[in-house]
Amino acid sequence: MSLLLENARLIDPEKDRVQPGALLIENGCIKAILSAGAEITAARSRAARVEDCGGLFLAPGIVDLGVKVGEPGERHKESFRSAGQAAAAGGVTTMVTRPDTTPPIDSPEQLEFVSRRAQVDSVVRIAPMAALTKGREGREMTEIGFLSDAGAVAFSDGDRVVADTKVFSRCLTYARGLGALVVAHVQDPGLSAGACATSGKFASLRGLPSVSPMAERMALDRDLALVEMTGARYHADQITTARALPALRRAKENGLDVTAGVSIHHLTLNELDVGDYRTFFKLKPPLRSEEDRLAVAEAVAEGLIDVICSMHTPQDEESKRLPFEEAASGAVGLETLLPAALRLYHGGILTLPQLFRVLSLNPARRLGLEGGRLVAGAPADLVLFDPDAPFVLDRFTLRSKSKNTPFDGARLQGKVKKTWVGGAPVFTAE
Amino acid sequence: MTFRKDHLLGIEHLGPDEILAVLDLAEGYVELNRGPRKHADALAGLTQINMFFEASTRTQASFELAGKRLGADVMNMSMQASSIKKGETLIDTALTLNAMHPDLLVVRHPQSGAVDLLAQKVNCAVINAGDGRHEHPTQALLDALTIRRAKGRLHRLTVAICGDIAHSRVARSNILLLGKMESRIRLIGPPTLMPAGIDSFGVEVFEDMREGLKGADVVMMLRLQKERMDGGFIPSEREYYHRYGLDAEKLAHAADDAIVMHPGPMNRGVEIDGTLADDINRSVIQDQVEMGVAVRMAVMELLARNLRRRRAA
Repeated sequence: MSLLLENARLIDPEKDRVQPGALLIENGCIKAILSAGAEITAARSRAARVEDCGGLFLAPGIVDLGVKVGEPGERHKESFRSAGQAAAAGGVTTMVTRPDTTPPIDSPEQLEFVSRRAQVDSVVRIAPMAALTKGREGREMTEIGFLSDAGAVAFSDGDRVVADTKVFSRCLTYARGLGALVVAHVQDPGLSAGACATSGKFASLRGLPSVSPMAERMALDRDLALVEMTGARYHADQITTARALPALRRAKENGLDVTAGVSIHHLTLNELDVGDYRTFFKLKPPLRSEEDRLAVAEAVAEGLIDVICSMHTPQDEESKRLPFEEAASGAVGLETLLPAALRLYHGGILTLPQLFRVLSLNPARRLGLEGGRLVAGAPADLVLFDPDAPFVLDRFTLRSKSKNTPFDGARLQGKVKKTWVGGAPVFTAE
Repeated sequence: MTFRKDHLLGIEHLGPDEILAVLDLAEGYVELNRGPRKHADALAGLTQINMFFEASTRTQASFELAGKRLGADVMNMSMQASSIKKGETLIDTALTLNAMHPDLLVVRHPQSGAVDLLAQKVNCAVINAGDGRHEHPTQALLDALTIRRAKGRLHRLTVAICGDIAHSRVARSNILLLGKMESRIRLIGPPTLMPAGIDSFGVEVFEDMREGLKGADVVMMLRLQKERMDGGFIPSEREYYHRYGLDAEKLAHAADDAIVMHPGPMNRGVEIDGTLADDINRSVIQDQVEMGVAVRMAVMELLARNLRRRRAA
């Protein structure tokens, strides 16, 4: 079975270029990238099927690092089926799932359950993360070896910080021995306790308990010192403040095995979007000032921050229809990740190859996955999209079971037309 | 000069003309309340429900009296003891109450923004009687009326607000109101009790109380909550009183005719000297309580007018 996708503009994040051409798929993998007319004509006669991409952009599918699926425990918020469909519609071909479920994914048995459920129900690939400590309680490390064997691509306690430095340093040391990647949430737990906003004029006016942006730098500084001490592979899940950037830069310059991500929400929204206590904008960490947002977007553009993710966190209406302090944190993002990220492209901050470097190539590389590349031999996980198509988002059209998006009613630009996983179509726009 | 709002959720969204509309109407009610027949009919036929999710004696009494004097049917619900304990959410409580067709809902809640949330879910007029650390608009309005009656104006005054600014909804509403009225605002207190980002509020901040009081026309003391006194925010009650308690000596730094205010209930000997609080030449604390009833009558009448207009349309 071979498939030729022709008349596309191919986004290659590795070579940092966009070129018109065609792509030949065989046995679920990319067989060849074709640019010359003669090659394409020859391939057209050989291919079992030919699809015309209509001159739209074809890119490696998104690898979304940090997706929360409600299985086990909160299937009413999101199942593997609904998350998979949302992902496919958003051009996400691999969901790197979080272990902060109920109960958490902290044993090989739990991980097997997740993998099995995912295989049955999800139309896109799943690369599961496992908890770093048992019960995500920050006391005893999980069976990092067994979990790695069972397919865990990284270890993380989600949004909980391992506060005990001795425990954390042992986790890092043990993980280093196995070459396992540790993904950490960077937020000083003491300083940020009880906070639901970033301290500053806005939080003070709204009377919300707030945390200084310094709490992020403090946690990152601590973690980087431990990484230097242990030599572990480390990824900071979300760097969202200007103050944390110099520490990250220094660590990278000193050759530590460190990368960092940021959620699309922190790149496209700021604290003022909370307005009159709109709980769909309550995130963890809280939304930051406009200065921080701009500084972090700049850091993505220069490559200091490696990964943009959706930090997809489904919450039902009940957990959001509460006073701001009591309301649950997090936003869904699988379906809006690409359109929202395209704001950075339209705003002239990132080129399309740069965008897919942080959405696809870098996260795949960091986790040791095969996807994220547009080269012969890579899996044919692809997204075809029109970066200019405008629309107004209606949250009730989302495929996620939960509709808690901060982009409800927002004008967005960029629509996914078709998504393939392993050469098979998993989403086609109507 | 019209009052355009459907709810009174905060001072933030009020225009100066709306503030003056409340104060001017309240003046009339001050006279009514001092007369022999303390009765008007602006709220006749309407139902007012006071929902207090946080303990309150004086504010609740003030709203109750205001409603009764205007002819409303007033019901008090003490929410700490009721269904919240049974796990009912704020919104369900609101919907349940809504089904009883109230016209005015007076709400106090320990969480910032909770009253905004409630106002979105009911179809009557909602008055914020204090939400978390956010706002307490009727307190700021009654303070403004008290100041205007004592000083003859609200603009170009120097107002010093002293104490726990960080946790005070009274301070926030007063800062917003006095700012809109173009008075100068000074905040006095230890840095642990100042909110973050205070530099961008358009106020002057003082750690030294004597310096901050210099030439002030109005000295507004805030209540220091007991739970802040135990070493978390300030080292001790006695050190606080020494540095920030208002006594005659510190007050001497303010203008000769400066008035002293306090939203109550007072901690005598913690934030204010007892003798000073009782000094009728300086303290307007009892006037504040009196103005409170009049201002709440005015607010409820204005909201009821808008409500009736809305329902007629």
